[in-house]
Amino acid sequence: MQLSEVRAFIRKDLVLEWRQRATIGGVILYLVSTVFVAYLAFDGLADLRTWNALFWLILLFAAINAIQKSFLQEKESQHLYYYTLISARGVINAKIFYNALLMTGLGLAGLFVFMMFMGNPIASFSLFLVNMILGTIAFATVLTLIAAIASRSRNNFTLMAILGLPLVLPLLLVLIRLSNLALEGASFITAFPDLLILLSLICITLVLSNLLFPYIWKE
Amino acid sequence: MKHITHKWWKITGTILIVYVIAGGFLFEVPNLPVVQQSIRNIYFHVGMWFGMLFILLVALGFSIRFLLYQLPEDDMKALAAVRTGLLFGALGLLTGMVWAKFTWGAFWVNDPKLNGAALGMLVYLAYMVLRGSVEEEEKRGRLAAVYNIFAFVLFFVFIMIIPRMAAASIHPGVDGNPALSVGDLAPEMRKVFFPAMAGWFIMAWWLYSLLYRSSRIDHRISELNNN
Repeated sequence: MQLSEVRAFIRKDLVLEWRQRATIGGVILYLVSTVFVAYLAFDGLADLRTWNALFWLILLFAAINAIQKSFLQEKESQHLYYYTLISARGVINAKIFYNALLMTGLGLAGLFVFMMFMGNPIASFSLFLVNMILGTIAFATVLTLIAAIASRSRNNFTLMAILGLPLVLPLLLVLIRLSNLALEGASFITAFPDLLILLSLICITLVLSNLLFPYIWKE
Repeated sequence: MKHITHKWWKITGTILIVYVIAGGFLFEVPNLPVVQQSIRNIYFHVGMWFGMLFILLVALGFSIRFLLYQLPEDDMKALAAVRTGLLFGALGLLTGMVWAKFTWGAFWVNDPKLNGAALGMLVYLAYMVLRGSVEEEEKRGRLAAVYNIFAFVLFFVFIMIIPRMAAASIHPGVDGNPALSVGDLAPEMRKVFFPAMAGWFIMAWWLYSLLYRSSRIDHRISELNNN
């Protein structure tokens, strides 16, 4: 794996995304609509914990939707073409990086829309932001490999959720705990152990993805 | 490894389990408040859980081996081990729920350990669904093995880290393995507890080998039918 091929692959994904703006637009619209539905359904929100849980649930499903397509938008024959050009590790790292980028963007957009409708009760905004960015990156690392597995099977749309949800849920619990801390205005020092857990989770999944993806990639 | 046809370990396992069931219900146990006589469940509940962990570890080993050498037998073995693990996990959950009803007053309480166990079950059920949705045998083996390894490592990170960092678990064994550390278990209970562990491990292995052999026969029959 070379850095240049990873970079080229990420650029390819970015260009592709730009050319098919409808897809990314669809994901953003999905995000906005779910926030709006939640806003109407809950009819204004006083409770901090509900605010938090709702935000992460919406982000989680947006993540599943967005990452799901990372191996589906291109045809099998294109995959074969990439296979001859670039190593498997290059592909997975590029995809993870790209998805992390995409998810961070989606998370920021989601937070903005969410705060617009649901209000902004966050006491320690910087901690919340750091936690959210780490969280979206962790979503991307866990779900990219799952998307790769799901894309190789029949009924891959259901499978993505079935395979991914139980693996993401504990991560989600850590994130919700952390952002509860941020909502209550905790400092970075109190949140440090949890942030460390998040970071180590990201590292573990990165290593595993690198080890395992070559077995999915070869056909 | 040839599948084992020697009988001695099966006989040992059967004797152990009979002894555990008899001893577990009849022998003297300390009568502590809240738990009272339900402590006898420890021989079964903890045994099921450890049996499950053991057989899932076996499944992990075969999944890794399958990725390395691509022998179809390894995939079948991993599947048989996961199926055994699911059964033991379900039994562990059921015995745990009965126990929870008695001591904590509800079949399910919102506790990190319990939720972790339920998530583990979901992961392995998802493994079965994944197998069901891939047609080609070789590809199915590869995808299933990859998911098994990925899920196992993450699952264990969660079982180990998350219940421990959420300090408020009412399930015993927050800082170590339940019932194994010295002083956790009354001395008179050890003479049933340790045979129980051995017995459930043997049962898990036995069931796994039966499942594997039956799936191998199925495989052979379908091969013969296709020719």
